[in-house]
Amino acid sequence: MNNTDQIVQDADVELSFLSSVVKENGNQPAALIPILQMIQEKYRYLPKNAMEFVADALGLSPATVYGVATFYAQFSLEPKGKYVIKVCDGTACHVRGSSAVYDAICKRVELVDGKSTTKDGTYTVETVSCLGACVLAPVVTINDKVYGEMTPEAINIILDTLEKEGTNHDQNA
Amino acid sequence: MSQLTVNGKNVELNGEANVLEVVRKAGIDLPSLCYHQELTVHGACRLCMVEIEGRGIVAACHTPPEAGMVINTNSLVLRRLRKMALELLLARHDRECTTCSRSGNCKLQDLAERFGISDIQLKQDERKLPIDDSSIIIRNPNKCILCGECVRICSEVQGIGVLDFVHRGSKMVVDTAFSKKLSDTECVNCGQCAAICPTGALVIRSQVDQAWDALNDPDKTVIVQIAPAVRVSIGEEFNVPAGESTMGQLVSALKIMGASKVFDTSFSADLTVLEETNEFIQRVQSQENLPQFTSCCPAWVKYAEQFYPEYLNNLSSCRSPQQMLGSLIKKYYGKEQGLQTKDMYVISVMPCTAKKFEAAREEFTTDGVPDVDLVLTTQELAHMIKEIGVDFPALPETAPDQPFGRVTGAGVIFGVTGGVSEAVLRLGYEKLTNEKLEDVVFSEVRGYNGLRSCELKLNGQTLRLAVVNGLTNANKVLEDMKCGKVKFDLVEVMACPGGCIGGGGQPITNVNRRVRVKRGAGLYNEDQIAPVHKSQENPAVKDIYEKWLRCPGSKEAHDALHTTYKERNARCITVAATDHGKDC
Repeated sequence: MNNTDQIVQDADVELSFLSSVVKENGNQPAALIPILQMIQEKYRYLPKNAMEFVADALGLSPATVYGVATFYAQFSLEPKGKYVIKVCDGTACHVRGSSAVYDAICKRVELVDGKSTTKDGTYTVETVSCLGACVLAPVVTINDKVYGEMTPEAINIILDTLEKEGTNHDQNA
Repeated sequence: MSQLTVNGKNVELNGEANVLEVVRKAGIDLPSLCYHQELTVHGACRLCMVEIEGRGIVAACHTPPEAGMVINTNSLVLRRLRKMALELLLARHDRECTTCSRSGNCKLQDLAERFGISDIQLKQDERKLPIDDSSIIIRNPNKCILCGECVRICSEVQGIGVLDFVHRGSKMVVDTAFSKKLSDTECVNCGQCAAICPTGALVIRSQVDQAWDALNDPDKTVIVQIAPAVRVSIGEEFNVPAGESTMGQLVSALKIMGASKVFDTSFSADLTVLEETNEFIQRVQSQENLPQFTSCCPAWVKYAEQFYPEYLNNLSSCRSPQQMLGSLIKKYYGKEQGLQTKDMYVISVMPCTAKKFEAAREEFTTDGVPDVDLVLTTQELAHMIKEIGVDFPALPETAPDQPFGRVTGAGVIFGVTGGVSEAVLRLGYEKLTNEKLEDVVFSEVRGYNGLRSCELKLNGQTLRLAVVNGLTNANKVLEDMKCGKVKFDLVEVMACPGGCIGGGGQPITNVNRRVRVKRGAGLYNEDQIAPVHKSQENPAVKDIYEKWLRCPGSKEAHDALHTTYKERNARCITVAATDHGKDC
């Protein structure tokens, strides 16, 4: 009963990890958001069974936890990519051409049909309303590293470098 | 005494929680779609806006009243704002009124009419969201106006929270956890969400067509049973005041429709008293599995199975009165009458939506045939009566059929919170003291508060009773019991506010505590005028034991009248249970 094609997934969650997160933050309802943030940090999304665990631990209904998880754009119900690219589309960035940067990224990583994560799970591309670095507009972050004054050309070079690093890393491993 | 003025008229303040209550007290029906006296304030619909001098326009529902406030409820600006708020709601509403089961009984439709909405200037939201008809409660998000009353009643009154707001902004919907089907959730089918829904976004699955099919099938003998709480509420659909019994007219109407027998479920409530008291006294004597919880309420039973499986042995093993009577009809009465099981069709008329779920439980079938074939709510039967076009209040009064038509006052008060306890006490007292009970009224267990408790001294023994309505209160009792804060011997639990009289299947025009109290008073009145007040003195019940069941607690009684419970895990949690439960 959903107006988006959201897929809610289970994962092999580690009970000890979930318990420690709840212990660290306390089992009060007010701790829900920091707990979800830590879970998302580990799994790159919020697995369904982890949300049910948190609901039980905090004495909330699963529907409430699901409501919070779907309310905030920072939470994802499907696994995010290895690289999470956020393209700022705040006023300053928009005026200075963030749309072209966003389109260039989507084209390069082959994102279609309004999906935000690539099929191979390498990239997640999102827009955010303001990253608070307007002086560097247009701004892009990749896994929280900030790249300022982006152009379609510049972002392609950055992605080239990333891919090379990724391949080297895989070979070394 | 502090005062304020509403449209220039002085109004005394008397502890009202908000300006909306004060304005309504002043006799002005300020519109609202999201406010309910018994729930927390949400403030979403913006229809109760008023002008307060020095403050401007505020929503009355979440503005505390203050002495000296100058309130205006009618101005051109307010009128324009209200109409706009309504138009915004209607632009997201499917407006398929003629085929909506809430047509004629819909707050949104009423307000559109009252405010003369003739044209909606906004673009209609054409999205068609999927309808969830997996359960007996059908959810149609295309009719939802996001008032959140269902969300709040489920979490605040029933303590479950099956529904919540999901997603944000224009994409927001009321949904279950992970968008599961309602049948896959912890919903206990109490139907309170549908009763409080101002529109047709939550409705109870209608089985009226099935009932007509059976009633018109020449090969079927249709046997109907009517629950206690129905008689004092169904009249409301026909301008009879709440609380006035229309049992006689009900029987007549059902006979006109083609029912061959009409029985009174209060009869099997009497049987329940005998079986449940017998069980209770055994437990008191052996001090095992105490407290005993009542098991008449199917919403409570599912709740216990889901959330408190460790207490399932504490539930009375008695079937509910509906299932006891269904079982007796199919197992014994049919045979006596020379009827084959396949030719009998048992319909029960219940104030309750969870009874539909209960009747379908596997435990209550024999060789795949349910003991109760169909459950109609009070509302569904009222629709059927309207369909046949009779003047319901003017129908002659007909007595229910024998042998399951002779009832006592004790059986009738099962329909109101505290009634089961009182009926059990009327027998328990005599059993435990070996004295005849003269004054049958146990005012200790009467009342409408969600959680009441009392101690009774019987023959040197102290019995501790708790009477609960609303599952949030059941949860409180169970948690307090777990930490040893309280100790009880008998706990009566009814899921719905006020007990069955406030059931999810009852007429839903402005149900509030006042209406429930009237319905309850109607049942107590029926008890008062009844010739017999104690279940154990019901001659028909005595006959049944002599003829078929020997005595309470016998093997025959167990086979026909008792059941077992099973642990349910609606959540299918793939990680083990947590030890982070709330501290006491």
